[in-house]
Amino acid sequence: MRLSSDALRLILPVLALAVLLGTVFWLRPNTMGYTGLHLLFKLALPIALATLSQMVILAVNDIDLSTGPFVSFVTCVTATFLVDTPALGVLILLAAIAAYAALGMIIAWRQLPAIVVTLGMSFVWSGLAVLMLPSPGGTAPAWIAALTGWRPPLVPFGVLSTVVVMVLAHLLIMRSTLGVLIRGIGGNERSVARAGWSVLRARGIAYAIAGAFGVLSGMSLTGIMTSGDANMAVNYTLLSIAGAILGGCEFMGGKVSPIGAVFGAATLLLATSVFTFLRVPPDWQIGAQGMILIAVLALRIALGRGEASR
Amino acid sequence: MSISRKPWLWSFVAALVVFVITIAATAGASTGGVMQAALTFAAISIIVGTGQMFVITLGPGNIDLAVPATMTLAATLALKYMDGVAVLIVPGLLIALGIGVAIGVLNYALIKLLRIPPIIATLAMSFVIQSTAIATNRGLRIKPPQMLADFTTGSLLGLPNLAWVALLVTVAAWLLLNRTVYGRWVPAIGQSIAAARMAGVPVDGVRLATYVLCAVLAAIAGYLMASFSGGAALDMGKEYLLMSIAVVVIGGSSVAGGDSNVPGIWGASLFMYLVVTMLNTYGLQSGARQIFTGIIIITVILVASGRRRAS
Repeated sequence: MRLSSDALRLILPVLALAVLLGTVFWLRPNTMGYTGLHLLFKLALPIALATLSQMVILAVNDIDLSTGPFVSFVTCVTATFLVDTPALGVLILLAAIAAYAALGMIIAWRQLPAIVVTLGMSFVWSGLAVLMLPSPGGTAPAWIAALTGWRPPLVPFGVLSTVVVMVLAHLLIMRSTLGVLIRGIGGNERSVARAGWSVLRARGIAYAIAGAFGVLSGMSLTGIMTSGDANMAVNYTLLSIAGAILGGCEFMGGKVSPIGAVFGAATLLLATSVFTFLRVPPDWQIGAQGMILIAVLALRIALGRGEASR
Repeated sequence: MSISRKPWLWSFVAALVVFVITIAATAGASTGGVMQAALTFAAISIIVGTGQMFVITLGPGNIDLAVPATMTLAATLALKYMDGVAVLIVPGLLIALGIGVAIGVLNYALIKLLRIPPIIATLAMSFVIQSTAIATNRGLRIKPPQMLADFTTGSLLGLPNLAWVALLVTVAAWLLLNRTVYGRWVPAIGQSIAAARMAGVPVDGVRLATYVLCAVLAAIAGYLMASFSGGAALDMGKEYLLMSIAVVVIGGSSVAGGDSNVPGIWGASLFMYLVVTMLNTYGLQSGARQIFTGIIIITVILVASGRRRAS
């Protein structure tokens, strides 16, 4: 059996999540209800959004080492300015997105290595976050807390919101002209330029989208945790890269999949619960996430052996 | 033109400028102290950064994200084994080195067997290593043997012992890079892996050796750092992930690989530490310090790209 690379990209993350979910249901049948799913996927939305942010950067052949500090920075803004002076808070968040766009354009203009620029930005974001909230604190704005605390009928908010975000991201990245343009830069920047597009502008837009996903991630995280913290999401950098790769995204060539990325993020999130249910000591939980990542990548190689021999 | 061919000079100039500004704030009262501290702390960055430099020189996408976890695991296991006994200092070091070799081999095995980008292979690996360290450490802080602690905090001929070790590593790295065949192969692979393969370079062997070298240096740095600070801590390697990449780039090596710069790592490491000292001296909060550090990294890469264009 040979699978097309696109199908392969989707099958694996979906399969991985299904296996994990099946394991959870088998180990703890009482999680099969509304409350169980609610608890399992409580943090799915912010993690999925952070992973989508990373994915957009991966789509233009770059990598973002500042995702975690940026999301933490947003939680600090959300828990302070957005509560006390909403107008100023909105302005700061918009400025943060503009900063992302500017970074993308500078990277395109001066041909800089994104890995170093975002490395520098990771210091800047966490510095700003520490200045705002030296210790964890603040409160979530009432409307965000109300939204993330909403209990929709039939499907818990964590699942519902993540699916909605996934569909919207899929339409934006895979179905819109803009999405094609962004992935085109990752595929072949020169041919995009030859076709008359401004690479500078396109990369700026890609980074702005990544920034917007990061802002949404931080806002939803604040809603769920009901406070801000300069260290709240530091592990999101590595988690988002791992989730995107798990979801079938590649470092080169603009080959990304929003659906895969969301499934990859959810898989890593669910893995923690599975390990807890399996009585894996907490010490080994991070390691077990690494193992899952290795296992899925190994599986991808095994399944794709036919076409991967390029 | 001669200056543009010596990119390492810039990191030293920058370090010197920051040093002068720092000393100016205290009217020269702490010159010796600042220099000693800078050399001690820069030494760890230099050892880790040298390993990272070899990996980065292998070309785009080559980066070792397992460095902090390697430092932590090597330090944890070595100190646990030594348990404060002076006779076990050398076996302890051998344990640290062995862990470095093992991690390097595993890293490259993942890269090769799974055909995944090094950044993801080392990331996945770092999760596993970190867990191993957590499981063996259990929050205990075992003191290093007194003799080892004295060595790492002492100095010789006015230079901290750690700086001597770093100097040794640097000289060895320079000889390795400039005077051996291996040293020609690494940048050759970085410039074009296909061309290197055509030219008969044993690509896999060289890449394996490089990942092992990087992990071993990280292990040594972890061993020394834990002995210096009185015990291994689980987050001891944390800041060295970004630091090891930063000193390589600021030191004038090409992030795209194929062109490395050994002396620049000294300038860059001193610079990074002195910036923190300077901002401390001028009474800036930790938040502001981080912001400056970030801005400096971005500025350096901007300036470096302008220079490359001009030449």
